[in-house]
Amino acid sequence: MATAPGITEKFLEETLAHEQTSLWGDAWRRLRRNRLALASSVFLLLLVLVAIVAQFWTPYSYYAQGLGPIYQGPTPQHWLGLDQSGRDILSRIMLGAQISLKVGIGTQLVVIVVGVLVGLVAGFYRGFVDTVNSTVINIFYGIPDLLVALTLVLLLGRSLGIIIFAIAFTQWMNMARLVRGQTLSLREREFVEAARSGGAKASKIIFRHILPNALGPMIVQATIGVPMAILFEAFLSFLGLGVPPPTPSWGAMAADGFHAIRIAPHIVLAPAIALSLTLMAFNFLGDGLRDALDPRQKR
Amino acid sequence: MSQPVLQIKDLKTQFFTDDGVVQAVDGVSFDLHSGETLGIVGESGCGKSVTALSILRLVQEPGRIVAGQILFKGDDLVQMSDEEVREIRGKDIAMIFQDPLSSLNPVLTVGFQIEEAIEAHGKVPGKTALNRAVALLKQVRIPAAESRVQDYPHQFSGGMRQRAMIAMGLANSPSILIADEPTTALDVTVQAQILELLRDLNRDLKTAIILITHNMGVVASLCTRVLVMYAGRVVEQGPVEQIFKDPQHPYTWSLLQSIPRLDSDRHDRLLSIEGFPPDLIRPPRGCRFNPRCQFKIDRCLHDDPPLMNVGPDQDAACWVTMRRALSSNGERRG
Repeated sequence: MATAPGITEKFLEETLAHEQTSLWGDAWRRLRRNRLALASSVFLLLLVLVAIVAQFWTPYSYYAQGLGPIYQGPTPQHWLGLDQSGRDILSRIMLGAQISLKVGIGTQLVVIVVGVLVGLVAGFYRGFVDTVNSTVINIFYGIPDLLVALTLVLLLGRSLGIIIFAIAFTQWMNMARLVRGQTLSLREREFVEAARSGGAKASKIIFRHILPNALGPMIVQATIGVPMAILFEAFLSFLGLGVPPPTPSWGAMAADGFHAIRIAPHIVLAPAIALSLTLMAFNFLGDGLRDALDPRQKR
Repeated sequence: MSQPVLQIKDLKTQFFTDDGVVQAVDGVSFDLHSGETLGIVGESGCGKSVTALSILRLVQEPGRIVAGQILFKGDDLVQMSDEEVREIRGKDIAMIFQDPLSSLNPVLTVGFQIEEAIEAHGKVPGKTALNRAVALLKQVRIPAAESRVQDYPHQFSGGMRQRAMIAMGLANSPSILIADEPTTALDVTVQAQILELLRDLNRDLKTAIILITHNMGVVASLCTRVLVMYAGRVVEQGPVEQIFKDPQHPYTWSLLQSIPRLDSDRHDRLLSIEGFPPDLIRPPRGCRFNPRCQFKIDRCLHDDPPLMNVGPDQDAACWVTMRRALSSNGERRG
C-alpha cells in the first residue's frame, strides 16, 4: 500500500469526509446570497402560481362584459377596476400572466433546441459547416426582427404557437452563437482530448462532455431571453397582431387602455406594471444566475 | 525477443502553419515489446508528445502524419479508418495526460467517467460498470473507493486525480499505456507514489508503458529502455543502465550532466545546455544539435548523422560520440 504506516483507512475516511459541494450546489449557495435575484425568483414563482390558478379560477370570467360601470376605478369588488367593456381587469391580468409565461418559456424552449444543436455542430465540426452556419446567422441578424415576426404572423395566423415560433425565429441566433463559442473553446480542453484518447464517439463527446460544461451560460442566456420574448409578444399584441381576443394579453390590454389613458389610467397601468415587474424579475434572475454559475467567482 | 507489440517506422508528423511546415516528428522509428517500459525523453518541443499523439492518431489540425507506419500487432494505424482507430483507442492503447485536473471533466463524477471509459467499447450493465470502476479505483489505491467513486474531480487531490486517470486508462486492460508527463504536475512525494503505481501495474498486468518525460530521474526509476529525442529525431536509444552509464550522444550526455548529483564534487558547476532547441520550420543543416554541441566537428555542420550502433543494443546519431570526444579531451570531465 502507498499509505504510510499508522494511517488507517478509518483515519483517511474521516479526514477526507467533506461536504458534498457540486457545481449546482455552489451555484445555489451563491444565488441565495443575492437578495435581488432571490426576490425575483420568489416573485416569478408567485407569477407561475397565479398563471396556474388562472387556468382553473379567476375572480370573474375574463371575457364577461358589463360587470359594472365601464372605466370604473379599483373598488372592493374589482381590485384593479373595470376596463372599457366593463370586464374585470384583475382576472384578465391573471390570465395574461399565463399567456406571457407561455410565450416567454415556449420561445426559449424552441430557441434552446435549435440554438444548441446548431451551435454544437458548428463549434465541434468547424470548417465548412461552421462557415455556412455563421453566414446564416449573420443573414438572420441582418433582417429586422419585427418585420420577420410580423410577416410570419400575418402569413401563418395569430395563434399562440405561431407567435412562439415567430419570436423564436428572431431569437435563436444568440443561443447558437453562444453555444458555438462555448463548444469551440471546450473542444480544445484536455478532458475532451482524454475522452477521445479513450475511444469515445463524437456524439458522446458532444453530449456528455461539451454540452454539460456549456449549461451554465446557456441557462443564463435562456433566462435573459424570456423577458425579450415576453416583451416582443406584448409589442405584437399592442399592435393588434398578438393572440386573438378575447384572450387577454398584457400588450393588448395596454393597447385597449391606451385610448382612455386620461380618464381611466388604471386600465393601462395594470398591465404595464405587471409587464415591467415580470421583465425586471427575469433580468435580475438572469444576472444573478450569471454570477452564481461563474466558477471563477469562487465564494 | 518476442514480436514487438508496437512498431513505429520512419514516422513523420508535420504541422502546416501559416509560417511554414513544422517538422515536429521527423523520421522516428522504434519498437515496443509487450510488457516493456520505454522512456522517451527530451526538452520541451522536441516532438515527444506529438509522437505519442501520433500513435493514437490524435494529432489535431493543422498537424498531419505525412509518412511512416505505426504497426500495432502488425496492423498499420496510419492506414486505418477513423472508426477502426477509435476502437483501438482506450481499448488496446490508452493514454494518460500531464495535468489530471484538466483531463477530467469537471461536471461529471469520477466514477461516471471511468464507467464511460469502460462502456466506450461495448455495452456493459450499469451495475457491472460501477463495480468495475470501484475495483479500478482500488487497484490504483484510492482509499474508500466505494464512496469516492461518487466524487467530482475537484474533490480529489492532485495525486488522486492522476490515479483516477490511470484507472480510466486501465479500464479496458490495454496492452499499451502511454503516459505523457504523468508526474510533471504533481509534487515530488506524489510523483514517487505514481511511479511506484505504474511500476506495479506494469509488473502485475504486463501492460507495456511508454513514458514521456523531460525528467531523466523519472526514466531511471521506471523504464528499462530509453529513447532520447531532439528536434523531432531520435538521437540515442538503448537500455536505461547503458545510457546512464555510457551515453554516446553529446545531447544525452549533457542532459545527464545537468542532473544534480549528491556524490559529485560540490565545486563542479551544474552543467546547463546553452541555447534553445532549433526552429523546426528551418532546422539547422547537418546534425540538428550542432549549434549547441561543444564537441562538434566540421562534418557535423553539413552531414546529418543516422542512428549508428555504438554499444550493446545502443544506438546514437552522432559522428563524434562521447567515447571519442572524452578521450580526445583527456578525460577532463569524467
